[in-house]
Amino acid sequence: MSETSHGIGGLTFDAKKRAWPNEMNVFIALVAIIAIFELLGQVLPYMNGQSLLFDFNTARDGTILNMVRLKIIILQVSIIGIIAIGSTQVIISGGIDLSPGSVVGLTAMVSMSFAQTALVNGNPNPKAIFGEAFMDLPVIVPIIVALAIGILAGAVNGLLIAYTKIPPFIATLGMMVAARGAAKWWSKGQPISFPTDPFADIGNGLAGWSPVVIFIGLAILFHFVLKYTVYGKHTYAIGSNEDAARMSGIKVDRHKVLVYTIAGMLAGLSALVLASKNLTAQAGMGVMYELDAIAMTVIGGVSLAGGRGSIVGTVLGALIFGVIISGFTYLRLDAYYQEMVKGAIIVAAVVLDQWRRGRAAARG
Amino acid sequence: MSDVQTNLYSTDFSHGAAPSGEVILETRGLTKHYGGVHALQDANFILHKGEHVAIMGDNGAGKSTFVRQITGVETRTRGEVVFDGRPVHFENPMDARDAGIETVFQTLALADQLDVPDNLFLGRELVKFKLGPFSILDYKAMRERTIGALEKTGVKIPNIRGTIERMSGGQRQCVAIARTATFHSKLTIMDEPTAALGVQETAQVENIIRTLKEQGEPLILVSHNMRQVMDLCDRIVVFRRGRICANLDIRAGEISGEDVVAYITGAKTQPEYADAA
Repeated sequence: MSETSHGIGGLTFDAKKRAWPNEMNVFIALVAIIAIFELLGQVLPYMNGQSLLFDFNTARDGTILNMVRLKIIILQVSIIGIIAIGSTQVIISGGIDLSPGSVVGLTAMVSMSFAQTALVNGNPNPKAIFGEAFMDLPVIVPIIVALAIGILAGAVNGLLIAYTKIPPFIATLGMMVAARGAAKWWSKGQPISFPTDPFADIGNGLAGWSPVVIFIGLAILFHFVLKYTVYGKHTYAIGSNEDAARMSGIKVDRHKVLVYTIAGMLAGLSALVLASKNLTAQAGMGVMYELDAIAMTVIGGVSLAGGRGSIVGTVLGALIFGVIISGFTYLRLDAYYQEMVKGAIIVAAVVLDQWRRGRAAARG
Repeated sequence: MSDVQTNLYSTDFSHGAAPSGEVILETRGLTKHYGGVHALQDANFILHKGEHVAIMGDNGAGKSTFVRQITGVETRTRGEVVFDGRPVHFENPMDARDAGIETVFQTLALADQLDVPDNLFLGRELVKFKLGPFSILDYKAMRERTIGALEKTGVKIPNIRGTIERMSGGQRQCVAIARTATFHSKLTIMDEPTAALGVQETAQVENIIRTLKEQGEPLILVSHNMRQVMDLCDRIVVFRRGRICANLDIRAGEISGEDVVAYITGAKTQPEYADAA
């Protein structure tokens, strides 16, 4: 039985043929945005022909790529990118999660409390939260604490959404406010600092590339999970047509709890990397991260209506984010413009998504 | 696959498998009350293996109520349902489906953004490595079985990897129907399968129904379309005001559409169903 062509009554169907992937459009957008910055670098008189991504004059590290800027582009979106992976599967399932930013704040505070070192330059840790017994713990302790808090917060979101039937927007808004409050309450607003060396390595190891490696590693893992597992298929099915999913025997409520729990766990992981990278935790960490994460997914072609999108798209969306931020710095433009342009791009991405959906519906 | 393909191209469907006489579904005194409304009253119904039976009746006559009791969408007030030799009591549509009753609803239970194999196997995916919810999908096997099912039903879909949203209403309905062939169901129930379709698409669905007939798959067809029912079915069971009022064998061609309409409107009632008059 050959796989490509099965004819019935003169018609053939092709098992391999697929539609133009939406991710290609996002990739083209990424290339186009890079090209605009490169062009501006050549055209604007004050730029003196500088380039965003390339480094022709001084082949510093043996490549024509500007590795320093490339690293910054990916590094600055990695931590929020980890959250965006969670948001991607939540939005594909037809939901929304507003809580990860606050969960990052809470998780950073609590896990950092279990990661403190007893002595700082020979003196007792001035920011100590617990007594001696909780100092210099093995690094696995704060990691487990962070994952547990993320999982717990996500599970509460999921249980509320699945079993009280309140809209995800409201359930996760409640968690957003409550988790931020808990983060401030934890140390009465005081920052928590001076972690152990192994904890500091989580976000600073591998010559500073560690957040990038963690982000890309998780992206690959969840790309596989969404594309090739039953979990992924059910996530798409629920977002696509919840009634059909239910009628087909998918345990929709249980699945939703799992989706939000995994999103919470990823927020916890993101907090771990963030606290470690900054060597400190503050109650205000992660403010607005959820919105940046949602923006990355939307720019990456994930439909807010559910059922459509991919991790590849979200990673490309995150890169578009990174390129815009770095591009504005490189053009020496104020951060204000950055935010305005970011806002415009988010709206444009949603408009594009609706237009695409309208076109698909018209064809059907 | 060749044994299936041999009879697929035949356009002569008149030699469909004759009902074998073995009963696949029987209801005795099936009754459903919604509060004080007697939506279904003492329905005694028999379906034989290989038989295609149409259920007709006016709106509110009890057709859909009857179907809902059999498919587990609702639980009956009273009566018995015997399916494949066993008394059954389905709690939900999944129970009925697991037992081998596949229902094609008027409102399609398809996920628009997924492709054909995904939809056929929705909720019962084939996996090649078991790992709880993270079991790994066996796409190749699902594709191959999808192609097999489409060939068996004669459904023509240009590209099975295309998403459902890009398909015509007829193609979507065909995908929904192809589910029955994929899972070797023992009974297919179709509730107004062509109500929303155009002429050509209706013909496509009707061809699939003929193919099912040829293969001896029993079918209950709920339809308002007299021509369709006369063309496709062996028997018509007419419902009126919650009761069965006629059981008409139409194979001999002695019963006309006007006769059936008379039963539907209440102008006529078969003597054995006198209490429905």
